[in-house]
Amino acid sequence: MVNATINGRAVSVPEGTTIMEAAAQVGITIPKLCYLKDINEIGACRVCAVEVEGIDQLVTSCNHEVEEGMVIHTSSPKARKARKTNVQLILSQHRMNCPICLRNGTCTLQEIAGNMGILSVPYPEECEKYNWDSSFPIIRDASKCIKCMRCVNICERVQTLGVWEVINTGYRTTIHVKDNQPIAESNCAACGQCVTHCPVGALTVRKDGNAVFEALDDPEITTVVQIAPAVRVAFCESLGLPQEAVTTGQLVAALKQIGFDYVFDTNFGADLTIMEEGSELLERLSHREKYQWPMFTSCCPGWVRFLRSEYPDMVGQLSTAKSPQQMFGAVAKTYFAEKIGVSPDKLCVVSIMPCSAKKYECSVSCMTADGSTPDVDFVMITREIMRFVKMAYIHVEDLPDLPFDNPLGSGTGAAVIFGASGGVMEAALRSAYFLLMGKNIEPEAFKEVRGLTDRRELEVDVAGNKLRCAVVSSLGEARKLIEDVRAGRCEYDFVEVMACPGGCAGGGGQPIKDGEERAAQRAAGLYRLDKGSALRYSHENPDVRTLYKEFLGSPMSHKAHELLHTDQSQWD
Amino acid sequence: MSRLEIKKSDAVQKSVERMYEVLERRMIAGAIDSCPADFHLGFLKMCHAQTCGKCTTCRIGLRQLQNLLTDVLENRATVETLDLIRDTAKSIYESADCAIGYEAARMVYHGVTECYDDYVRYIENGGYVDATKISVPCVDACPADVDIPGYVALVGEGRYEDAVRLIRKDNPFPTTCAYVCEHPCERKCRRRIIDSPINIRGLKRAAVDYAAKTPAEKCAPSTGKKVAVIGGGPSGLSAAYYLSLMGHKVTVFEEKPKLGGMLRYGIPSYRFPREKLQEDIDVILSLGVEVRRNTKVGKDITIQALILQYDAVYIAIGAQVDKKMGIEGEDAKNVISAVDLLDKIGHDEFPDFTGENVVILGGGNVAMDCARSAVRLGAARTTIVYRRRQEDMPALPAEVESAIAEGVEIKSLMVPLRIEKDENGAVKALWAKPQMISRCDRKGRPSPKDSSKPEVAIPCDRVIVAIGQNIDYKHFESSGIEVKRGVIDALDDGMIRDKEGVFAGGDCVTGPATVIRAIEGGKVAAANIDSFLGFNHMISCDVEIPAGHVRNRIPCGRVSLVEREACERRCDFEGVELGMSEEEAAQEASRCLRCDYYGYGSLKGGRTTQW
Repeated sequence: MVNATINGRAVSVPEGTTIMEAAAQVGITIPKLCYLKDINEIGACRVCAVEVEGIDQLVTSCNHEVEEGMVIHTSSPKARKARKTNVQLILSQHRMNCPICLRNGTCTLQEIAGNMGILSVPYPEECEKYNWDSSFPIIRDASKCIKCMRCVNICERVQTLGVWEVINTGYRTTIHVKDNQPIAESNCAACGQCVTHCPVGALTVRKDGNAVFEALDDPEITTVVQIAPAVRVAFCESLGLPQEAVTTGQLVAALKQIGFDYVFDTNFGADLTIMEEGSELLERLSHREKYQWPMFTSCCPGWVRFLRSEYPDMVGQLSTAKSPQQMFGAVAKTYFAEKIGVSPDKLCVVSIMPCSAKKYECSVSCMTADGSTPDVDFVMITREIMRFVKMAYIHVEDLPDLPFDNPLGSGTGAAVIFGASGGVMEAALRSAYFLLMGKNIEPEAFKEVRGLTDRRELEVDVAGNKLRCAVVSSLGEARKLIEDVRAGRCEYDFVEVMACPGGCAGGGGQPIKDGEERAAQRAAGLYRLDKGSALRYSHENPDVRTLYKEFLGSPMSHKAHELLHTDQSQWD
Repeated sequence: MSRLEIKKSDAVQKSVERMYEVLERRMIAGAIDSCPADFHLGFLKMCHAQTCGKCTTCRIGLRQLQNLLTDVLENRATVETLDLIRDTAKSIYESADCAIGYEAARMVYHGVTECYDDYVRYIENGGYVDATKISVPCVDACPADVDIPGYVALVGEGRYEDAVRLIRKDNPFPTTCAYVCEHPCERKCRRRIIDSPINIRGLKRAAVDYAAKTPAEKCAPSTGKKVAVIGGGPSGLSAAYYLSLMGHKVTVFEEKPKLGGMLRYGIPSYRFPREKLQEDIDVILSLGVEVRRNTKVGKDITIQALILQYDAVYIAIGAQVDKKMGIEGEDAKNVISAVDLLDKIGHDEFPDFTGENVVILGGGNVAMDCARSAVRLGAARTTIVYRRRQEDMPALPAEVESAIAEGVEIKSLMVPLRIEKDENGAVKALWAKPQMISRCDRKGRPSPKDSSKPEVAIPCDRVIVAIGQNIDYKHFESSGIEVKRGVIDALDDGMIRDKEGVFAGGDCVTGPATVIRAIEGGKVAAANIDSFLGFNHMISCDVEIPAGHVRNRIPCGRVSLVEREACERRCDFEGVELGMSEEEAAQEASRCLRCDYYGYGSLKGGRTTQW
């Protein structure tokens, strides 16, 4: 243990503890801007500088360890002054249009400047200008970038894509796409992790709200909205409320108030995905020699983009099943449109997703059941729909619970856990067991696959069929797994990959709270919802059964293939 | 009012002067990977601040050049802008009134011309995409990429064995380099910006001085592959070390009775004690390297046979043949080559020069080694004859100083003409033509030219020729290995064109160079031979490196290594250099600014943990 004094209080911390961590242990907060634990500990912003007696210059508390006998002052005049100057310098190159910034209220720079009582900046404003392809799901506004380098390191170290790079030197040093390519031509997976880890409004997700408003306002258009599983356990954060304080039913009510004609559930699409993907897996297993192994899940468009750019030779190993969002869209524009007698081009399908890459997925040109309109017209991320709610001054917490509409509004517990890393695997195994054994297994029999990013492996033996399964989340972990498979160090039959750490619960479209990783607590909420569901097996979803009976025939039928499967190698 | 007054500089002048001094040091330590356009602009701005403003060329010309460079940097320029920059700079150079103007313009002209492709790339990419690749200047300057900040920090904590282990990750000759490395790392040391570079070699010396015996790392399981290494010098043995760690079976073919190459047969023991060399060699051999001593490839066995018998071959034969002056009388008795003299000493044969006047020709480190050896062999008078000035000598200034302290005389600006023989055919005198220093060559190095002074005779009993070495490549050339300009023509990865599985490196590829360059060659070859054999063994080190701390920014003198007193050390071949005390080593290590931990190093991790 190392002993030191921070602001007059004695602290004793294990060797290797940083000044910032030690201060936090005794309840002392040191402001910080660029720091991201384990990912970006580079002392770039110089905002966490503190005074250490005996050292002339200030010391950044994020990357300096407490040493024996240190006397530290986190808030001395010298530290406060330098810190304030540094924040003012950062502000001088940050376009301060706070009221109209997407990060108004969740911006760390705004919060710090406020806490420091900065009411003016003595330096001339000097903001970087840059052109950006505003059609891509990830938007960078250079005039707000504070060069904290978090995006560089999250992309490099967690996602191993290294899309963001430092370019230029001296005062021109800035961040841009590697080799200064246009973002659309880069290997960006559009996962949005850089966005959720940006402390300011420099990185955002493309806004599609205006187009949705137009559809809502158009009396000739019937609007349909679907809510992804992970959204229901996270939207409360935008309201500053705990998970239990608001229900999915209240969100349904809010969406009705906003004016959507039909509010449906992506869980329906998820149950359908299990039917198709599970059947596909069993089909591949029965003709093992015809396929490359393992088979990968295909629900996550960030992961599909990653595989396409990094391991194009393995794209054929993805399940051909579309994601729940896209299956939902295809069914909505055909089966449902027919049912209500609306032409697909008069039906606007909107998704509420925890994910920026879904904006890419819905725009893939082959995702069209009627051959002309996209199956999903617009994707709004969790943060985006919550802005809608605020704009309409809706108090979600005071609304009554409303049920989802029929028939695409039903979903099982197996579907809701799609939002957590391991959920697709668990749901698939629950139904695969049934398909092979003709009876249900206890629903939580495969709960070992739950977790965050670390690889989880499970070998199951169903009626003599040995299935070697693995689950990872984050593209860095995905890369490790692939490298192990390619080098022959591991062999699997079925692998679930989600691009974001923790799965959709930690998605790039979820509410942002700087310094907190909330995937685990959101996932806990999803498992709570699963436990409370009357139905916990995808194959028991009554409306999915009806869909097969009335429209599709059986899983993997010709029609199902046409509507619910895709060839990812053809994606644009 | 007095008619004249003594000139004094006022406080402002002193302040500016001090800043110039710091600037000079800062420029040496400058980041060579910074954007050239940005750097040229900065240079111009500083030059412009020096101008008086009298003339059009400086006042307006240098300003407009800045505007044009800014256009490039802010993506408003086209390739035509570059031509305008060059044309303008040329005009300014040709028509400016004083050096402040025309030299600024000349540098910009050359800068833009030499970096033209970079400029074009900047314009095409809309930015400098190659920026900040160099995170740690010392590591970048080290040919072998040794983790310098890492081992410096370990020495600072007294973890000497860990320091040695960390060095060995990239360089299996820690002791050797502690004594004789030319330490290119120190030149770019960022500490220079504050005061002076870290004594990196001195700290490595402390690591090996105070470390307990540190065994080699464990070898990977045997791969069953066999590699032949030709030459037991630093390059060959480096390759042997890493290839053994990777699990390959290595056999070293050495023509001499003992290993070490030029470390033994080129560097005299007072500079590098033999038992210290043996320490490094023993660790390398402890990995099970097989050695065939007294076996010359080309005589005792052919390269073709090795290619057939082994899975890969690494040629590291060094540069062991002396160069001749080509002057009259060079065949006289008592004219010997540096290679011969140092080779003898390496074999522990000490010729007796007692009472002789000895002349050494050359100005490199080898010339210094010969001169200082001659002193120790009893020469009455030892004189180095060199064609340029003392400050132009390629030898390290410290080596020259030590030689002078030991009584070596330097006759500079003398070109040897002929050697006069006595009636027995022995050396009587060296005739030389006095020179004067003159114009600089294209690299900016002043050249000598004949002066009008008459030829002079330098009476002497012995002449040692130390003007460089050649490579004995005949056997290899005749076996189909390409030779270009006197060196083996290997690619940058050590491979030889059209000779699958044959690699070369070290002096025989680079020409006579430094130990650390030879080690680099061995390391590069080991990595690529491993890949060639179908493996991907990684060399790494599990030593944990201490975190950075900030108590190191107060200006503090550099601890220099001292030598034994000249009058004492000149009489024997015992080691001359004394290491640091632990106390000194701890202070010197604490001066390190930890560029692996601060600055760009922290963004990119600061180190390569494996290769």
